[in-house]
Amino acid sequence: MVPSNLRYTEDHEWVRVEKDRVIVGITEYAQEELGDVVYVDLPAAGEKVKAKEAIASIESVKAVSDIFAPITGEVLEVNDDLQHSPELINQDPYEKGWIAEIEVTDPDELEKLISAKEYQKLIGEE
Amino acid sequence: MKDLRRPALLNESSSPGKRGYLPPVSDVPELTSDELIPSSLLRHTPLCLPELSEMEVTRHFTKLSQRSFGVDQGFYPLGSCTMKYNPKFLEEVARLSGFQDLHPLQDEKNIQGALGLWHYAEEVFSLITGMDQFTLQPAAGAHGELTGLFIIKAALEDKGETDRDTILIPDSAHGTNPASAALAGFKVQKVPSSPEGIIEPETLKTYLGSNIAGMMLTNPNTLGLFERNILTITKMIHEIGGEVYYDGANLNAILGWARPGDMGFDLVHLNLHKTFATPHGGGGPGAGPVGVKNHLAKYLPVPRVISTPQGFKWDFDAPHSIGKVKGFWGHFGVIIKALAYILSLGSKGLKQVSSDAVLAANYLQTELKEDYNLPYDCFCLHEFVLGGLKEKAPEINTLDIAKGLMDFGIHPPTIYFPLIVSEALMIEPTEAVTLELMDTFISVMRNLARKAMEEPEKLKEAPFTTPVRRLDEVSAARNPILK
Repeated sequence: MVPSNLRYTEDHEWVRVEKDRVIVGITEYAQEELGDVVYVDLPAAGEKVKAKEAIASIESVKAVSDIFAPITGEVLEVNDDLQHSPELINQDPYEKGWIAEIEVTDPDELEKLISAKEYQKLIGEE
Repeated sequence: MKDLRRPALLNESSSPGKRGYLPPVSDVPELTSDELIPSSLLRHTPLCLPELSEMEVTRHFTKLSQRSFGVDQGFYPLGSCTMKYNPKFLEEVARLSGFQDLHPLQDEKNIQGALGLWHYAEEVFSLITGMDQFTLQPAAGAHGELTGLFIIKAALEDKGETDRDTILIPDSAHGTNPASAALAGFKVQKVPSSPEGIIEPETLKTYLGSNIAGMMLTNPNTLGLFERNILTITKMIHEIGGEVYYDGANLNAILGWARPGDMGFDLVHLNLHKTFATPHGGGGPGAGPVGVKNHLAKYLPVPRVISTPQGFKWDFDAPHSIGKVKGFWGHFGVIIKALAYILSLGSKGLKQVSSDAVLAANYLQTELKEDYNLPYDCFCLHEFVLGGLKEKAPEINTLDIAKGLMDFGIHPPTIYFPLIVSEALMIEPTEAVTLELMDTFISVMRNLARKAMEEPEKLKEAPFTTPVRRLDEVSAARNPILK
């Protein structure tokens, strides 16, 4: 399941662009591969992040994986519900399982994100 | 009703006055502790110790031992852990009173034999790995890694190259590698493996720069594949001024055939509890000696044993040393066992250890790839990684196969590692298997593959025969009860 209205990264994050900000989470494919998520280490609101740098980590029963910032900017808000209910990432990765909201500083960076079609190709679900 | 198969806590079985032995009444006048020890030093509330008979204590610990699983009980093909059988004579050697009754602070004059053994063990490890100098202090493999990284750091600080802050680590590496690098204050850069499962110089090139302090590598790697570009890789790292660290976790594959020192590695740690048949973990302790080439020797931990015309001595005179990494000197008993293992096998025997381990792994790989995916399909060394069932059974995944194995008295292999293989089952039989045992394992694995198709609901509930049934690992991780 790869919603066509979202952009993606090669590291399996999805990105929803909303005017001057983006919302980031991990894809259905990524949550399936990770298995049951048991803990999410979130960034703090107000933190400045750089594109491709780790901003959060997700611990599942199988592994601990880094989540990378898709763009450079300030973290505006994080999904605090994940602290108590990390399973939201498994149950609803594109909505209730969102991870962070980041302010856009350089709109050109958004062009580097890949489309749903390209992402589908990447995960072999054409 | 009370289930007598389940061991109760010792305190729960306690009742006042129960004793193992009743000594005869003393015919010597008794003095109370008040008369012998100042009251300020005495405890005034009774100790909360369980009171039990000897029989109860024996049964308690025997029951507990029966609820665990170890290499003395059955097949333990836990990939990357080299769970080989530990010959019992090693215990006897380590318990010789000349070793066992030593005190770590004893005068050097009285422990020349022990110091000589220490010194000799360093030489033997150097010979096996092709390194110049060794420290026997680190208490485990990961501790060895940390020691090695501190040595790299000390050398960089000496040269004023502190902007070298990054360690390169392949994506197939053990989790301890990045953890040790981070703990030593380095940044970690992951290097992806090629589709063939090894590091390609072309890929490595793109990560090289003046920020690189060094690279950590396991060879063969975690997929059980030999890094055949190793000479090029170590040369590339040296050319940019970095050090190359050998994680000795997989030394059992090349023992006596190839040496990290000859491949260009500058530092190496050994896992004596893996390669050299000393007990693992809780049955340990372990030991993770670290060897270095001469240019790094002055940074090794203190003290080192040196040979002088007056005999062996602890040498603390090492101004460049990273200092001590452990209380006292190291796990002497483990060193004795490892050395005894090496000497009993000799160089020919060590070569046979690794060739038998490689033969066993290839036999299992060839037989099991009929029913299980083999993502890196080529000859392996001491271990191999399967990628789940070939014929996808809906509902059944690697975890279920692992749980199913327990009902046959087999310890599951390492699962879901390395991360680059989906549904990974990492199998390392070691040289300590018989052909009959391997054939039994193969038939059990085939049986489970069949069950996955025919009775998935049942396999989903395995294990049935273990002291506790399937544990809810997700709830345990989400809501850990730590008190």
